[in-house]
Amino acid sequence: MYDVAIIGAGISGMSIARELSKYDLKVCVLEKEVDIAMGTTKANSAIVHAGFDAKPDSLKGMLNAAANRLFDQLSKELDFHFRRNGSLVLCFDKKDIEHLEFLRQQGIQNGVPNLLILDKAAVKEMEPNLSEDVVAALYAPTGGIVCPYEMAIGMAENAYENGVEFYFENKVLDIKKSDDGYRIITDKNTYISKVVINAAGVHSDEINNLVSSNKLNIIPRRGEYCVFDKEVGSYIDKTIFQLPTKLGKGVLVTPTVDGNLLIGPNAVDIDDKDDLSTTKSGLDEILNKASLSIKKMPSHAIIASFTGLRARTEADDFIIGEVPDAKGFINVAGIESPGLSSAPCIAMMVKDIVVEILAPQEKANFNPVRKGIPHFSEMSNEDRQSLIAQNPAYGQIVCRCETVSEGEILSAIHRPLGATTLDGIKRRTRAGSGRCQSGFCMTRVLDILSSELEIKRTEVTKFGGESRLLVGKNKEDV
Amino acid sequence: MQEFDLVIIGGGPAGLGAAVAASEQGIKNILILERENKLGGILNQCIHNGFGLQLFKEELTGPEYAQRFIKMIESKEIRYKTNTMVIDLNRDKLLTAVSKADGIFTIQAKAIILAMGCRERPRGALNIPGTRCSGIFTAGTAQKFVNIKGMMPGKNIVILGSGDIGLIMARRMTLEGAHVNAVVELMPYSAGLTRNIVQCLDDYDIPLMLSHTVTNIVGKDRLEGVFIAPVDENRKPILEMEKFIPCDTLLLSVGLLPENELSKKASVKLSPLTSGAEVDEGRETNIDGIFACGNVLHVHDLVDHVTEESYIAGKAAAKFLKGLRKRSYVIDVIASEGIRYAVPKYINPVNIEKDLELSFRVKDICKDHYVSVYFDNARVTHHKKKILTPGEMQTVKITSEMLSTHSHCRAISIRVEKE
Ligand SMILES: Cc1cc2nc3c(=O)[nH]c(=O)nc-3n(C[C@H](O)[C@H](O)[C@H](O)COP(=O)(O)OP(=O)(O)OC[C@H]3O[C@@H](n4cnc5c(N)ncnc54)[C@H](O)[C@@H]3O)c2cc1C
Ligand SMILES: Cc1cc2nc3c(=O)[nH]c(=O)nc-3n(C[C@H](O)[C@H](O)[C@H](O)COP(=O)(O)OP(=O)(O)OC[C@H]3O[C@@H](n4cnc5c(N)ncnc54)[C@H](O)[C@@H]3O)c2cc1C
Repeated sequence: MYDVAIIGAGISGMSIARELSKYDLKVCVLEKEVDIAMGTTKANSAIVHAGFDAKPDSLKGMLNAAANRLFDQLSKELDFHFRRNGSLVLCFDKKDIEHLEFLRQQGIQNGVPNLLILDKAAVKEMEPNLSEDVVAALYAPTGGIVCPYEMAIGMAENAYENGVEFYFENKVLDIKKSDDGYRIITDKNTYISKVVINAAGVHSDEINNLVSSNKLNIIPRRGEYCVFDKEVGSYIDKTIFQLPTKLGKGVLVTPTVDGNLLIGPNAVDIDDKDDLSTTKSGLDEILNKASLSIKKMPSHAIIASFTGLRARTEADDFIIGEVPDAKGFINVAGIESPGLSSAPCIAMMVKDIVVEILAPQEKANFNPVRKGIPHFSEMSNEDRQSLIAQNPAYGQIVCRCETVSEGEILSAIHRPLGATTLDGIKRRTRAGSGRCQSGFCMTRVLDILSSELEIKRTEVTKFGGESRLLVGKNKEDV
Repeated sequence: MQEFDLVIIGGGPAGLGAAVAASEQGIKNILILERENKLGGILNQCIHNGFGLQLFKEELTGPEYAQRFIKMIESKEIRYKTNTMVIDLNRDKLLTAVSKADGIFTIQAKAIILAMGCRERPRGALNIPGTRCSGIFTAGTAQKFVNIKGMMPGKNIVILGSGDIGLIMARRMTLEGAHVNAVVELMPYSAGLTRNIVQCLDDYDIPLMLSHTVTNIVGKDRLEGVFIAPVDENRKPILEMEKFIPCDTLLLSVGLLPENELSKKASVKLSPLTSGAEVDEGRETNIDGIFACGNVLHVHDLVDHVTEESYIAGKAAAKFLKGLRKRSYVIDVIASEGIRYAVPKYINPVNIEKDLELSFRVKDICKDHYVSVYFDNARVTHHKKKILTPGEMQTVKITSEMLSTHSHCRAISIRVEKE
């Protein structure tokens, strides 16, 4: 019997789990995939928005700027990468400057500090590689970039350390009201909990619709991206948005916290919530649109492309709250952008609701600090030397592009909620995410996973399910 | 900090050959650093034969070829460290390396030979749309799984790209029990050696689909199939003619890129044509005492050529250490009409004792054309070739007589001419 069951291990679910782990509550997380952050949280723009985009009377408007302020402390406590690089909204037509001013005013109402409208000369001084066609820009110094899966993993590990239980590969199929709460039926087991939190991302409508007659409908909206080699990672420094025009919303160009360059996303409504494919037309579209912002598109340096799905609802806002016809069932649904930026405040809002329902005690021994995996590539030679002296595995480089050591891979596997797949290793250590995209390290990482988890090499997967990498031994079929 | 006369980064055939050559010139204090657990480089996973035909007049497998050099290294007592990765290098020839056994350490070298080999281009480099399922490997990764680990990455295969590794893997996968549906090549010709097309595809009835490409990748968890389509003369896919091939594995053999991260750190100037360093006749880069050879300099088809080049670099490094290498008036080498690139980029005539070979690749397939060498505007050699293909590296010889005849020449250019 749990006090709280959280469905979904994305950034919403993990921020909530961590927030609730500050209380004397028995909390569990139910996740259908093998790992944390395998939904939208792994595929988005990774921007911590300043908070001027949304209307002041919306949840997005109220939560974003407030949450933005929490990132400095959170990233220190939980040891994830975050950088306040600032953002620019570019305007290409003098007639549109009033829209910049509108955004600035909206930002001020939302509590965004230090917004400035810059003329062309000032913009170009800040970012010399921007297009000559820029006429002005809105500068938001508080805009930032983050590693979204690292942040979710940090939240999760910290929640786990503070007592939250995790059940992966548990897909919620049904939820039944019972006398003492809810019976949650997954494809593996049944869990009973007083309170249920629906943080199931693009599937949060289906979960809601299991218990409430107030039906939700999420239309997945695809957004495609290209990632570029670190060689061009500092082509620009700030996150570059385009002012929305009649022609559409525009795409962004941004550095990532890891030092790559990222462009995207477009926006196409689709009907399959599991369709994460990229398309030729989509990739062409983002490359073309992003070319408007910068002088020269470094197309030769693309190393990967991917798709993320927005959880779009008719409400056009986050849907957060206890469902009127299902007491103790709390929706965290329709969490599209800026869901990542708002997650810390979404979690507080949900915590307040839970505290009101269950009236728990605060834990005296809550530990807010989580220490991440030490990253060889970011250390000084002195630190490397002392780490290798303690554990020689940090002296063996496994991923050449990102200089990831065996020690980091072992740590990724053996720490709480450790990696069990190739992608799990990649998201925790960056092994395989560099310019050769795992061509070099795949064979090694696979061997390490196989021996450390004591599974056959043919059982190692890329991301769980049937995503096996090897199908058998040589000559089995000859 | 340790000190060495010559440090060689990379223990593949290029590094080994360079070490042997420098040692034969009397250089004693040599160290080879290799990040793998043994010497031999990429040859260790090339278990097919066909190595050494030119150099040893024998058909050796990759590991056998490597072994000949490893023996020479052992008998000359040249020092080496395996499981050791060089992570930094600067233009003063100070390098930083790391290993389990030694931790982080630095070495000051008097000369350096870069011999880091190359890497395979991944899917992202082509930006092929579709899902990010498992079952997509570079051909070299698949080769490592099969030949070193004895494991099959898949059973029903499509190969994109007809470079040599793709061709070799078509045969290997077939021999190990997989079905290879096709080798799909964007260009109207193969990038691989003719002998590999015959021995790896034709002999096993594997179709080579020229002027085709993969347009989409389908599969949720594991690859379920790929769409392929013919391309027009601008290499744009004709989507109306797209068709689906069910398969569980896509192998990519879409090009190799010299691995020059360290070279960049040392301010070595790279050529946009080869992605390797710009070097002179001794394979010395713009940085005094830093040399480069093998696939890190430009991608070679045959290991025999790698070895030849490594001897040149090894000898030149020895001369440099003895203070005998000169930099003087230089002649540029220019890849002119029809030529994609030529190596070396420039030559110091004072260092040339005898003859000199220039290596080059043509841009397109041409039949019954001439390869000409010009010293400034004077055509000095002119040879008819039945067929020239970008997949096969060519050489032309420059003799010391030519150089002395044209002693004021500023540039030597190579051209493909109709007549
Ligand atoms: C293209 C794009 C760009 C974006 N850019 C930004 C940005 O720059 N800044 C920003 O702030 N926000 C951005 N967002 C929004 C942000 O990514 C999302 O708001 C956030 O990741 C949502 O997190 P989540 O935890 O709600 O959902 P998810 O990360 O999708 O997590 C939901 C989890 O629930 C699990 N689940 C679903 N159904 C079940 C079930 N039946 N049983 C068990 N588990 C289940 C899923 O497997 C998944 O792990 C972007 C979104 C997209 C799509
Ligand atoms: C997959 C493949 C198949 C081939 N098949 C054939 C064939 O059938 N026939 C043929 O004649 N030729 C073949 N070739 C070509 C030939 O084998 C290569 O041209 C030759 O091996 C290149 O030699 P190299 O020493 O330059 O590079 P490599 O053999 O790649 O050696 C480079 C070495 O440097 C090491 N290294 C790199 N960076 C560092 C660092 N930072 N620190 C320490 N060590 C480092 C690497 O681990 C590697 O061992 C093939 C090449 C490849 C890639």
